[in-house]
Formats: sequence, C-alpha cells, structure tokens
Amino acid sequence: MSTLKLDLENYKELLKEYIRTKDEQALYQAEQFSKHSMQHNISPEEIINIHVQSLEEIYPEMPADIQASMNFLLETMISYGLAYQEHQALREKQLELKSELSVAANMQKTLLSTKKPDFDGIEIGAISVPAKQMNGDYHHFVQDQEGSLGIGIADVIGKGVPAALCMSMIKYSMDSFPHKRMEPSVILESLNRVVERNVDSSMFITMFYGLYNPQSHKFYYSSAGHEPGYYYHHERGEFCEMDAPGLVLGVTKDAEYPQKEQQVDPGDMIIMLTDGVTECRQGDRFIEPEEVLEIIKKYMDLPAQEMVEQVYKHFEKLQDFQLRDDFTLVVLRRNV
Amino acid sequence: MNLTIDVTNKEHKSVVTLSGEIDAFTAPKLKEELLPLTKDEGKTVEVDLNNVNYMDSTGLGVFISALKSTKEHNSELKLVHMQERVHRLFKITGLTEIMNIDSTVQGGI
Repeated sequence: MSTLKLDLENYKELLKEYIRTKDEQALYQAEQFSKHSMQHNISPEEIINIHVQSLEEIYPEMPADIQASMNFLLETMISYGLAYQEHQALREKQLELKSELSVAANMQKTLLSTKKPDFDGIEIGAISVPAKQMNGDYHHFVQDQEGSLGIGIADVIGKGVPAALCMSMIKYSMDSFPHKRMEPSVILESLNRVVERNVDSSMFITMFYGLYNPQSHKFYYSSAGHEPGYYYHHERGEFCEMDAPGLVLGVTKDAEYPQKEQQVDPGDMIIMLTDGVTECRQGDRFIEPEEVLEIIKKYMDLPAQEMVEQVYKHFEKLQDFQLRDDFTLVVLRRNV
Repeated sequence: MNLTIDVTNKEHKSVVTLSGEIDAFTAPKLKEELLPLTKDEGKTVEVDLNNVNYMDSTGLGVFISALKSTKEHNSELKLVHMQERVHRLFKITGLTEIMNIDSTVQGGI
C-alpha cells in the first residue's frame, strides 16, 4: 500500500495497464488507489482531474469534444466533493460524541454503583442491564442505622441520556436523606417533592421501595406507580403480587404513599423488577406476568445471583438479544 | 408500527382519535399535536384510544404532561375507550386516580 503513490504518474501507469490488459489485477489496484485517496482526503473531483490529465498524456490526439466533456464531468463532481467533505466532518463529530457518551456511561456506572450488602440470613441477587448505552433503571441498597436493609428500584421515563441524568439526581437525593430510619412511605414522599420540582413535565419516575428488618423478618414497602413486585411463599409454593397504591413520582406535589407490611418466613422470596421485564415482547406477542413467574420458578433452586442471571438470559434470548427496554431484577430470599 | 392522529375541532371540544402504537418513536408526534390543544381555556380534549393496543411509558409521559398543562390552562383532558392492556399501565402508575378515564370499549354498553 505504502508503495502506491498518489500521483499522476502512478495513476497513468495503472490506467494504461488496465486499458492494455483489461486485467482484474489492475482493477484491484484502482480500488487500492481510491482507498488510499480517501485516507488522504483526496476529493472525487481531484481524482477526475488526474484521470483527465492521464488521458491527455496517453491519447494526445483525443478529440477536443471528448476533452470538453471531461471538464463537464469535473464540474459535475464538485458538489459530490463538498458532500464528501461534509460527511467526513460529521463522521469525526460522531466519533467524538460516541466517545463522550461512553465516558458518560462509565461515569454513570461509577456514580450509581451500589454494593450488594452481606446480610446474615438473607441472600440477594441483582441484575440491571441497559437497552442502550445509558441505563434509565436504577436500584440501590442501603443499610440504615437500625440495621435494616433498604432497597429501592426505579425506572425513569424517557430513556437515554436525559433519563440517566435524572437518575443521578434521585441517587443524590436518596444519599442526602438521614439514614436513621428509611421508612418507604417517607422516602417516596420526599423523593416525589424533589422530582416534582425539578423534572420536565413529560418525564416521570416509577419507584418501589422496601425495607427489610432482619430482626423481626418484616418487610415494609411502598410503591410510586411502579410495576408490582412478587412475593413467593415457600411453604405454599405460591407467588402473589406485592402491590401498594401510589402515584408515579413527579406528577403532583402532595402525593401520599401508603406502606404495606409482609412477614417473611424462611425460604420466602421478595421479587422486585422494572417493566423492562414484564414488557418483554416476543415478536408481536407480549409476555404475560405469569410467564415471568414461571421462569423465575424454573431457576429458583439456584443461588439468588445465578437465578437472576439465568432469568435475564432467558428473556434476552427470547427477544433475539435486542432489549427494547432496560432490564432490572432484584431478588431477596430469607435463608431456610 | 405507526400512530395515526386525527383531530376534530368543535367549539369547546377537540376529539383526538388515535390509532396504532404509542411508544418512544410515535410519542413526540403525539405530544406535538396534543399539547397545544390543552392550552385553550375551558376546552375539553377528548382522546379516543379505542384503536391503541400498545402504549409504553413514553406514551404515559405525554399524557402526564397534557394533564399538567390542563391544570395550568384550566382546560380538561378526558381519555375514552381505553383498552385493557393500556388501562393496566394507567392503573399501576396510579394515574387512574387522578385522570378522567372512561375505559368502556366501544360497542360495550
């Protein structure tokens, strides 16, 4: 490649060679020549210019009309040359944006990262996978000063960058709440006030917040318009919906979030998810919530983390590995 | 999948008939059509959802901003003929409590 010179001589030789032999090898050289030209930002009309000059040298007797027609062609190509330049500029810009976005995505990952806490007697599994580069889903674990475990799971509507920025706002408001006692209803009421003040009118957030007390094995929860979670009764071998009434965050200032309570027995499971799980589609068919539970049941005997990973893999495969929406699933199990 | 938006304007009422899917792709177009209608004081904006079988959360966002706009401009938003799958979304998000929704499917009663 490097021996290929971008000059008139070289082009003339290639052209001569091809006219003489009609050989494919010469055509291949022409292709190399054009690639090389692109790398050096040579415009299409410059190539035509080289072509015209070569022709003049190879055929000094070329009729004047043909020569004139070449100038015509040259003129025609100038706009293509400009379009090409613009295309190059846009490509560079795109690369720049892409790398900025991936920096932002990494920052988001760091900012929003949450550590799965080690809790005696409870096993936790959590997975969250964005459909695009940035995740509009969020989950978060926190241990309050009374030793209870708080778990929040949220979904920001829209998607992409604006949603991600919004998520960071939620995360920082949550961090600034007093860690004394993280009552779900109080947390959601405060967050609602934050979101209502700050977020543009078509953006909103759904959130499910739960608090597990490891002494009494009671689970308290409230929901702000979030996809209902599920509760698995080990002894009865049954799932039931864990729903609490409550409006999505950010719609009205004075929304209230009633809190419910659930006694957790050994082997029981608490399942929290976002609508990326229940809104899965297989072709044109929607996945019914019962199917989600069936898949969870199928992998229930695995350790909690492996279980959520297997459930994710199942739905990823079902959608041909193209997530339509961010997917988040968190499972808590009281050990037997 | 596309969304067809058909607007009929009467004196104090606009009827917006939708047909198709409301998702991240079609929602901006809906927002553009729907929001200006809610800015007329005293007007009722009725959205017919009989032919909408799928709506995602981006679609909900459009109706939430329309609702906020009616509060600001003293107009009214009414959603009619909502299908069950779509209704589930409004119910989970608590919006059925604060929005005027009539989910009787056409031909039902």
